[in-house]
Amino acid sequence: MTFLVEMKGIEKRFPGVHALRSVQFNLRAGEVHALMGENGAGKSTLMKIISGIYGRDGGEMFVDGKPVAPDSPRAAQALGIGIIHQELSLMNDLTAAQNVLIGREPRMRFGRLDEAALNRKAAEIFASLNLAMDPRTLVSTQTIARQQLIEIAKALSYNPRVLIMDEPTAALNDVEISELFTVIKKLKADGVGIVYISHRMDEIKRIADRVTILRDGAYIDTLDATTTPLATIIQLMVGREVTQNAAVIPDTSQNPVALEVRNLSRGKAVRNVSFDLRKGEILGFAGLMGAGRTEVARIIFGADPRDAGEILVGGQPVDIRSPYEAVLSGIGYLSEDRKHFGLAVDMSVRANIAMANMARFTSPLGVLNEAGMKQTAVEYIDRLGIRTPSDMQDVRLLSGGNQQKVVIAKWLLRDCDVLIFDEPTRGIDVGAKSEIYALLEDLAAQGRAIIVISSEMPEVMRLSHRIAVMCEGRLTGILPGGAATTQEQIMKLATQRETAPTPTKTNAEDRV
Amino acid sequence: MTTIPAGVQKSALSQLIAAFTHQKVLAFASLIVLLIGFSIASPNFMQTSNMISILQATSVNGVLAIAVTLVIITGGIDLSVGTMMTFCAVITGVVLTYAGLPLIFGVAAALLTGALCGFCSGSFVAKMKIPPFIATLGMMLILKGLSLVISGTRPIYFNDTPGFSEISLGSVIGQVIPSVPIPNGVLILFIVAAITAYILNRTVLGRYCFALGSNEESVRLSGVNTDRWKIAIYALAGSIVGIAGLLIASRLNSAQPALGLGYELEAIAAVVIGGTSLSGGRGSILGSLIGALIMAVLTNGLRVLSVAQEWQTVVTGAIIILAVYADMMRRQKAA
Repeated sequence: MTFLVEMKGIEKRFPGVHALRSVQFNLRAGEVHALMGENGAGKSTLMKIISGIYGRDGGEMFVDGKPVAPDSPRAAQALGIGIIHQELSLMNDLTAAQNVLIGREPRMRFGRLDEAALNRKAAEIFASLNLAMDPRTLVSTQTIARQQLIEIAKALSYNPRVLIMDEPTAALNDVEISELFTVIKKLKADGVGIVYISHRMDEIKRIADRVTILRDGAYIDTLDATTTPLATIIQLMVGREVTQNAAVIPDTSQNPVALEVRNLSRGKAVRNVSFDLRKGEILGFAGLMGAGRTEVARIIFGADPRDAGEILVGGQPVDIRSPYEAVLSGIGYLSEDRKHFGLAVDMSVRANIAMANMARFTSPLGVLNEAGMKQTAVEYIDRLGIRTPSDMQDVRLLSGGNQQKVVIAKWLLRDCDVLIFDEPTRGIDVGAKSEIYALLEDLAAQGRAIIVISSEMPEVMRLSHRIAVMCEGRLTGILPGGAATTQEQIMKLATQRETAPTPTKTNAEDRV
Repeated sequence: MTTIPAGVQKSALSQLIAAFTHQKVLAFASLIVLLIGFSIASPNFMQTSNMISILQATSVNGVLAIAVTLVIITGGIDLSVGTMMTFCAVITGVVLTYAGLPLIFGVAAALLTGALCGFCSGSFVAKMKIPPFIATLGMMLILKGLSLVISGTRPIYFNDTPGFSEISLGSVIGQVIPSVPIPNGVLILFIVAAITAYILNRTVLGRYCFALGSNEESVRLSGVNTDRWKIAIYALAGSIVGIAGLLIASRLNSAQPALGLGYELEAIAAVVIGGTSLSGGRGSILGSLIGALIMAVLTNGLRVLSVAQEWQTVVTGAIIILAVYADMMRRQKAA
């Protein structure tokens, strides 16, 4: 049988990195083929070659048994290959329909646009996905999850035979993931071949037929997804066994309070949030997307203004109005969005690590101590195991996990008493995850007070000494960590709305 | 390219081209080519006196280009440097000619006035969150108007301050080595360039220039007081503009209040030719210096060849577009 897509001996090099070494991959019609590997294993690179974004430095690619070399996304589209990117690439100020049909707008005479036909066509596509979406909705008014669905609709509007999904669920909650999987199953039934990249292991069992594993740019194996145990897949991914220890909860009840938050409010996003955080404690923040966890963190850090409430650091009330003042008070914040808020990606690893600590490397006249910065950078590269050719490598050339480690290095160097980690392992592979967990536990053991915001329930339960749960801007409860709390208890609090949910409400909002 | 499987062949030639298309190298090579071309076309071009007059012509635009480079690297723009230069010159005139104070006060007045103007622009941008284009457009008009108001629209002459014209036209080097009468204005340009390059590459202020242009929000969330640093950068740029004000006033032996408009665009052109990205995050003083030299060589060379002034402007415009195009091509290859 001919494969829908077949790739053999694929090679790709970037400055300082041999990204793909003789990688093979094939895809059948009507299957979901998961592509697994740690960050930097080469998954995204391989997919960018299939979809014509990168050229390849060697190897062969076949579509329906014929050799092809798509040299642009357009050429790949012509071959029936569509891709949904990890990062959304929608135009926020255009409507859903305008986004879906960009470049193929129905026209009338004299080049005038036929908006009615445009909206009709888009509506048909949305209907085929069982998606209740007004084509005239502005993309910027939609949640990330619904934007993701618009992106999928856009890819499907080209009638692709191959659809590549690069971490489509990274920003979705459980209900939204189920909806997405329904769509994927429908596509599968229609004979579309789907390449599925995700770091969430449980999804592989739920959706994939076969799984191909890459490690450090090399092909490892292709296995049946339904019969292969997850542990085997993980082991192949990291090249060693990963042990998942349950949280060991130290008694921190006698430790001094590091951070007190009283009645914090900001519009509808954060309503009357109060909690304490002791030294040496890891406080997890659980909740659905948009529950207000990031917003609470940004207010404490002074990145956003607050309407009301007070913050006490080490028992002293502080009036934090900017991140600058927060850092002076000993509070650090690691953003969920590394590329936009965590790093200057065009600058070197060294410069990024030093960024929050310039005073340490500056003479009284403002002259930089490059040698000192280099020494520190090299030390942290070593300590955190950051994979980079040198401390002068541009951060944008590192993989997601290594970028995250650079952010962590930056804040470790700053030596804050209170550290807020917002989605510390988003887009990070299993191996690096357990390293980061160990790091957080280490920091807590040293007496730092730590807040971890995470959308992954197992992560919150794995790390937290106590679990704060938020829903719609309110703190709905604080649960003990460890085995004492079940996932169900957390979910109950995370969905504890003030008023009974009205099923038509979301639909009504969509039509505004 | 479509016949070759994408990226399969990467010749040594393309790697060589990639190395040489670094914008700074490219700009420098263009400068050399221009110099050789003009000297072949006209025997008068390579004369020492002509070379010195090219350098002299570069000094004011060069200093302005250095100032605006700092701001552009932060991701901003400063449209007010031309009229700010004039304003600094006028204030110097007020201090020296109207108040009759000694020369050193005039120099200080120029630097402080520039720094103050830059402080204002920086505050509009950082504190009031006005886009740099608009904030400095406003400053440009305010300073142009203030120059005319303060001077009563008449030039202020420096005849009563002996030595003022020496700032630009005298030659400290010429006194030591008579065969190389490089004017002080040129010397000052190179000193300013060296100091600014040092600040940009070796100090925390310079590091934040690049960081702000690279990702301002990320720098803010690193706990850096971005507003304060941004204002400091605009103020530093302003005081460098003050030096340009001294240079031009010294060369004309007067503060000409109507002058100034248009200088900002020449300075920005030099910066762009020198490879500094208008979107911020990358750039260099050396590049801007070479950019300013290219513009001066072009103007001078075309004049030596008796090309009409009108056409010189057309050529300069074309060079800017070519320079930026070359930069874009280079970056696409790198991506």
